[in-house]
Amino acid sequence: MAYSIVESCVSCHACSMACPSEAIYQGELHFMVDQRKCTECEGDFADSQCASICPVEGAILNGFEEVANPPGSLTGIPPERMQAALAEIQSR
Amino acid sequence: MELTVLNETQVTEEGCSSGSCGSTDDQLTHLPEEIRQKVFNHPCYSEEAHHHFARMHVAVAPACNIQCHYCNRKYDCSNESRPGVVSELLTPDQAVKKVMAVAAEIPQMTVLGIAGPGDPLANPERTFSTFQQLTEKAPDIKLCVSTNGLSLPEHVDELCKHNIDHVTMTINCVDPEIGAKIYPWIFWNNRRIKGKKGAKILIEQQQKGLAMLVERGVLVKVNSVMIPGVNDKHLEEVSKIVKAKGAFLHNVMPLIAEAEHGTFYGVMGQRGPTNDELMELQDSCAGDMNMMRHCRQCRADAVGLLGEDRGDEFTMEKVELMDIDYDAAMVKRKVIHDAIEAQLKAKMDKPDEVLVTLGGLKQKDTRPVLMAIATSGGGVINQHFGHATEFLIYEASPTDVRFVSHRKVELYCAGNDDDGVPILQQIIKTLEGCEAVLCSKIGFEPWGMLEEAGIQPTGEHAMEPIEEAVTAVYKEMAESGKLDDMPADQQLATA
Repeated sequence: MAYSIVESCVSCHACSMACPSEAIYQGELHFMVDQRKCTECEGDFADSQCASICPVEGAILNGFEEVANPPGSLTGIPPERMQAALAEIQSR
Repeated sequence: MELTVLNETQVTEEGCSSGSCGSTDDQLTHLPEEIRQKVFNHPCYSEEAHHHFARMHVAVAPACNIQCHYCNRKYDCSNESRPGVVSELLTPDQAVKKVMAVAAEIPQMTVLGIAGPGDPLANPERTFSTFQQLTEKAPDIKLCVSTNGLSLPEHVDELCKHNIDHVTMTINCVDPEIGAKIYPWIFWNNRRIKGKKGAKILIEQQQKGLAMLVERGVLVKVNSVMIPGVNDKHLEEVSKIVKAKGAFLHNVMPLIAEAEHGTFYGVMGQRGPTNDELMELQDSCAGDMNMMRHCRQCRADAVGLLGEDRGDEFTMEKVELMDIDYDAAMVKRKVIHDAIEAQLKAKMDKPDEVLVTLGGLKQKDTRPVLMAIATSGGGVINQHFGHATEFLIYEASPTDVRFVSHRKVELYCAGNDDDGVPILQQIIKTLEGCEAVLCSKIGFEPWGMLEEAGIQPTGEHAMEPIEEAVTAVYKEMAESGKLDDMPADQQLATA
């Protein structure tokens, strides 16, 4: 099982420095997890490091392809508030 | 600039909390020579220096170890001007090349800072590689770093190796209850720690780092973001504490929060402080602490004098094409630095000139007046009203002329006639509380509208040093009896 990174990644390098297995590299568009190297931090840390430092909700998926940091979990912005703000900005 | 008060008792009677009510440079003159030498040409530490010397930031530090509610980790937005935003992330090698190119092209650039877009000390390899190369290749550039403080204690010794004289740390609170409302989480000891617990660790690390830097003789500037209803009342205490621990300068900045920035505060509708609220807090902290009032909250890749950004001239694409002879550039830089230094020294040697003129006032009890200044740098009035993107606000009183703040405006002469009047109305609103505008020139239409709003424009003092011109205008106002009355807006309020 391995973690993965999706396109909402902002390429901030934080996960690549935190990874104990050197499994994360800079891809063409965003950072990527080398599926062969990722150990999900087992044996190293209680929490998977990339998911614990990533500042972008939804950018990291766990081994079950579930979002590690769901909407609102990092920013504290309730998802419906975010949706409303986006709709308001688009209607300007 | 030395605009120290002539008579402290008189000042106290007027309600100023202490003799330290002037702008930063009032205090610079009382500092030991050794510290003065460290700050006299640093635009972010000396109000006087920021008229003459430029700074730049290189964006080599993308990762961050905390989340702040006023920040969104999105980089590429060339229209936004606020900390944490950059257009182009650089490798240390690219950054070194860019710094040397800028230093050659803008010789008055004296300071290189690493301020993000994340936290420099959460990217130690990239940050220290940049510093190390610059220490070797460009020894005439001062290095400094701006951090949230979480990783500061573990890096203090490494920082000192690179001969860094200045560190800026953002401290928004010393109380974890308040901290939990500003920092949703930190990354610490390999875990994401949320809420009060995270805030408490951050605060402890900041205070520890501050003490360690002071112990090693590094000058520390503390930045605080003023968030109304969250930490505004608390910041006076922060100011007292960081001063007691040896911080050298406190910079209280207004929160920038717009929904379109996608930040917690922006989306949740948290407002920033008004100009008056900010000034009031800065004044109340000033009794205890040396305050900075000329900060422009620049981007993590800004280039040029404070208030201007010439970053577009130095994209990596352009820098790669430049052929820089740094040895030659250093010679030229030295000549220019010496000339500016001589100019500043001459000004320091005749410190009482402005006050002598103010001393000539017949009436000593006239009320203070705020004036707006259009300048493009050099400490003189040299900008057309319509070309100003910000105004410097000075306060003149019978005892003192001091810089109090800057206010950003939209460019009036943007070339589109339809936009002119609404922009002008907005500028007038921004300049609320000012009674005069000093600029090099001004058009007929804005002149009339400003006058109608109770703000007297004048182009008579073009190319004069700011303090001298402000003094002259204040004297004129006093002598014409204008200061016997309340300002126009207050008359309306009491009518």
